[in-house]
Amino acid sequence: MQLSNDVVMELQENCPSVKNLLLLDSEGKRVAVKYYSDDWPTNQSKLAFEKSLFAKTQKTNARTEAEITLFDENVVVYKFVEDLHFFVTGGDDENELILASVLNGFFEAVTVLLRSSVDQREALTNMDLIFLCIDEIIDGGLILETDGTTIAGKVASHTIDEGAPLSEQTITQALAAAREHFTRSLLR
Amino acid sequence: MAQMVKKDDDRDEEADYSPFVGIEKGAVLQEARVFNDPQLDPRRCSQVITKLLYLLNQGESFTKFEATDVFFAVTKLFQSKDIGLRRMVYLMIKELSPCADEVIIVTSCLMKDMNSKSDMYRANAIRVLCRIIDGTLLTQIERYLKQAIVDKNPVVASAALVSGIHLLQTNPDIVKRWSNEVQEAVQSRAALVQFHALALLHKIRQNDRLAVSKLVTSLTRGTVRSPLAQCLLIRYTSQVIRESSTSNQTGDRPFYDYLEGCLRHKAEMVIFEAARAITELNGVSSRELTPAITVLQLFLSSSKPVLRFAAVRTLNKVAMTRPLAVTNCNIDMESLIADQNRSIATLAITTLLKTGNESSVDRLMKQITNFMSDIADEFKIVVVEAIRSLCLKFPLKYRSLMNFLSNILREEGGFEYKKAIVDSIVILIRDIPDAKESGLLHLCEFIEDCEFTYLSTQILHFLGNEGPKTSDPSKYIRYIYNRVILENATVRASAVCTLAKFGAMVDSLKPRIFVLLRRCLYDSDDEVRDRATLYLNTLGGDGAVVETDKDVKEFLFGSLDIPLVNLETSLKNYEPSEEPFDVKSVPKEVKSKPIAEPTGLRAPPAAAPAPTVDTYERLLSSIPEFSSFGKPFKSSAPVELTEAETEYAVNVVKHIFDGHVVFQYNCTNTIPEQLLENVSVIVDASEAEEFSEVAVTPIKSLPYGSPGQTFVAFEKPGGVTAVGKFLNVLRFIVKEVDPSSGEAEDVGVEDEYQLEDLEVVAADYILKVGVSNFRNAWESMDPDTERVDEYGLGSRESLAEAVGVVINLLGLQPCEGTEVVPNNARSHTCLLSGVYIGNMKVLVRLSFGIDSRKEVAMKLAVRSDDISVSDAIHDIVASG
Repeated sequence: MQLSNDVVMELQENCPSVKNLLLLDSEGKRVAVKYYSDDWPTNQSKLAFEKSLFAKTQKTNARTEAEITLFDENVVVYKFVEDLHFFVTGGDDENELILASVLNGFFEAVTVLLRSSVDQREALTNMDLIFLCIDEIIDGGLILETDGTTIAGKVASHTIDEGAPLSEQTITQALAAAREHFTRSLLR
Repeated sequence: MAQMVKKDDDRDEEADYSPFVGIEKGAVLQEARVFNDPQLDPRRCSQVITKLLYLLNQGESFTKFEATDVFFAVTKLFQSKDIGLRRMVYLMIKELSPCADEVIIVTSCLMKDMNSKSDMYRANAIRVLCRIIDGTLLTQIERYLKQAIVDKNPVVASAALVSGIHLLQTNPDIVKRWSNEVQEAVQSRAALVQFHALALLHKIRQNDRLAVSKLVTSLTRGTVRSPLAQCLLIRYTSQVIRESSTSNQTGDRPFYDYLEGCLRHKAEMVIFEAARAITELNGVSSRELTPAITVLQLFLSSSKPVLRFAAVRTLNKVAMTRPLAVTNCNIDMESLIADQNRSIATLAITTLLKTGNESSVDRLMKQITNFMSDIADEFKIVVVEAIRSLCLKFPLKYRSLMNFLSNILREEGGFEYKKAIVDSIVILIRDIPDAKESGLLHLCEFIEDCEFTYLSTQILHFLGNEGPKTSDPSKYIRYIYNRVILENATVRASAVCTLAKFGAMVDSLKPRIFVLLRRCLYDSDDEVRDRATLYLNTLGGDGAVVETDKDVKEFLFGSLDIPLVNLETSLKNYEPSEEPFDVKSVPKEVKSKPIAEPTGLRAPPAAAPAPTVDTYERLLSSIPEFSSFGKPFKSSAPVELTEAETEYAVNVVKHIFDGHVVFQYNCTNTIPEQLLENVSVIVDASEAEEFSEVAVTPIKSLPYGSPGQTFVAFEKPGGVTAVGKFLNVLRFIVKEVDPSSGEAEDVGVEDEYQLEDLEVVAADYILKVGVSNFRNAWESMDPDTERVDEYGLGSRESLAEAVGVVINLLGLQPCEGTEVVPNNARSHTCLLSGVYIGNMKVLVRLSFGIDSRKEVAMKLAVRSDDISVSDAIHDIVASG
């Protein structure tokens, strides 16, 4: 009986898995989040988790090195930059360093994608990139990739070869693209 | 054109901060109409999808209709060749998780993308398709997936492998056919492909132990490049070790060398995974453990909080079972007490409290005192709990630990924290007799300045029970009476009760107590005045009829024998009239389980096992048939006599008296359509020769859902540990109940229900009572009562198992933590104490040894108040 239980546990825990990725703003509000586990079945429970996690970690200094805490039987690693708060949650028994490598990949990829001006404003203007980035890190709780540059490369590939098939774009579209590039450079 | 640019600029300024300010679902759904434009604008469409995703991400949900609508609109976007837009389309389809008939619409588009020349298309299309597909469609694309697994582009291969892991749960038979391709992918040069392939391969083979073992054998020899894959391999290896450990007896553990080698890997996550795996090995030897501990010790001084946390958490776990193995790290641990990350600091403290020996306690307490002031309450509670167990482990150190607790009790703190400290002090007072007086005084000082009414009343209640039994009860009176002067009405009322208890127990204090109680007659609060009047009356302070001493004590110290819920309902139903309210009219039948009742309102639940016994005692003495039996010596924990979820739930509590045994059957009727009447248990005692039945009290009526108790009493020879087996049958009259009206039919049918058998065993005659200093207690017993003998316990799983069996058999209290057997120990000494029926104190010293064939031998030494009791203990072991 005991043994079979152990074996079942073992099978579930065999593969490192992530329960959620969170990107919160300076007030603990969602910028982008993704949940992979059933631990928080409703939006309310998710919001409650984010709120109390933010309250618990807010005062810690997670700016130079990633920090870590045990929270509600979960291990949470986190890192703060400007007004952005990155969190990665894993099970109680997860290898903390694996979670930290996921966090690091998440954070680095976002840094590359937002071209080093990592703050909430830039994240919101490039929301599509953030969503794609999260999608490239974790697939259904399983780790897809942990290297920040690789992740960013996969996300940004479309913006790179966007210029290539210029012939396919209509004049209006080309103008719109040019206008956007122009306004962006002005804002900087 | 110029005008358009202007307009855009305006909007930019408006939404200066966030492009999503004022975003609204209805409006975005309207915007989604652009998906249907004949001339698609990819940029605009991407923006709309981003907005839709943002809404979903913020917790907004689409109705079924809206989701279908968006889904069909999105499928139109496959016409566009824009890569960026296509990526967003993929994301959107995954988020919408379409139903089966919708899936068909996109399948062909996705299958086309799967065979596209662009790797980015292929990888993403595979992930999307596998997310939404069902079994029949899967067989159609199986060929492509197999190819993708061995694709030379790592992104495509990983996409297919990860999808395979997900699909294995829904379509295991199909995925298992990919075994060859997956095996090839394990050899991939790309790190993550190797990781994903290994995870999938193991999942495919996980039910085949031999295959897993082969996999581990071959891979541990070769070089696995990816650190993540290496971590997986370590997990699989520990699993193989766990399953094979029983067969190997030479001492060399298979694969240990591999784990040990991983401790020198260059990736920290691998080093840590291996170190953790080694500490978790079954029965790990000190030699095996040392290299892992050394590596973890290095991590303790890392600059990265995550590393320090991981290391200290693992060492903390090791310290629970192998405190000695961790003592080498103590210096590094101590420096972590000041760690910025409070989780790390708390783990370090609790580890130190576990590894500390008696001599280091004082130094440790000094360091912790500095640390306590700047951590959050939740961490403080963990520390307080650790200190409580440390104190129970080293009772001789109670002085410094008790001082520590009283110091932190005086400092700032929230309710939960203060409650944890008070609970700890109460437990120490109960378990360490020497600590009683100083502990009570600390509590007295605390209530002098306590802002929590709940804690004040709890402490006053506890003080009333324990204070009169101390050597100098008078010194507590001042503290208690101060409450009457200074506190709110609730605390004042509680203090009046406490005063009365002192008055009842200590005759010399009576006159003084009367003076104080009389002063309370002028209190501004009704309740306080009423209580003072009541107690003056019962104690005879106003010259009225003095009730007998026994009645007074019963009144003050006995617990209320009626459930509070019942009392509340009865009081609510009572209508003011000439006739006074009669407590006896309140039903005594407990609606919930009797054990659950005393927790909420009484002393902290963890600290108060006694009320349960009180409750039973009250219950039993209220039944006239049992009044002559005296006080029950012991009441067992409830034993279930029925399986869970049967028609009738019955458990039994064994009450042992000197010359009698009473079985209390707690019965619950779980069928709403039935009313049971005249419920009793027919007991066949033919296998318990020394017992003869003397009384049965049936339950008159047992409606659905409200438990009732029926009793059966037996006479047995006094002072003897009579044992035996009892067969039980539940007998009753069953009446149908009309579910609509709730009325029962007039005529019932007699029926029976077979229950499990019940045994009275030797342990039922022994009370678990601990002693704080076993050695002193042992020496103080008469050596002539000592009886020593040796026993062979035969072949056992482990030493720990043998120790557990003997402790359970005797039903004595293990002392000084000796019930815990260190892993791999060849011998162990266990100290037990308790009280044998007839109020005979018993101390037992057990010495165990285990040999290489797992044969366990035991030496049993007993001292007790009477030599016959020592013999009886030996009889129990000899016959058990």
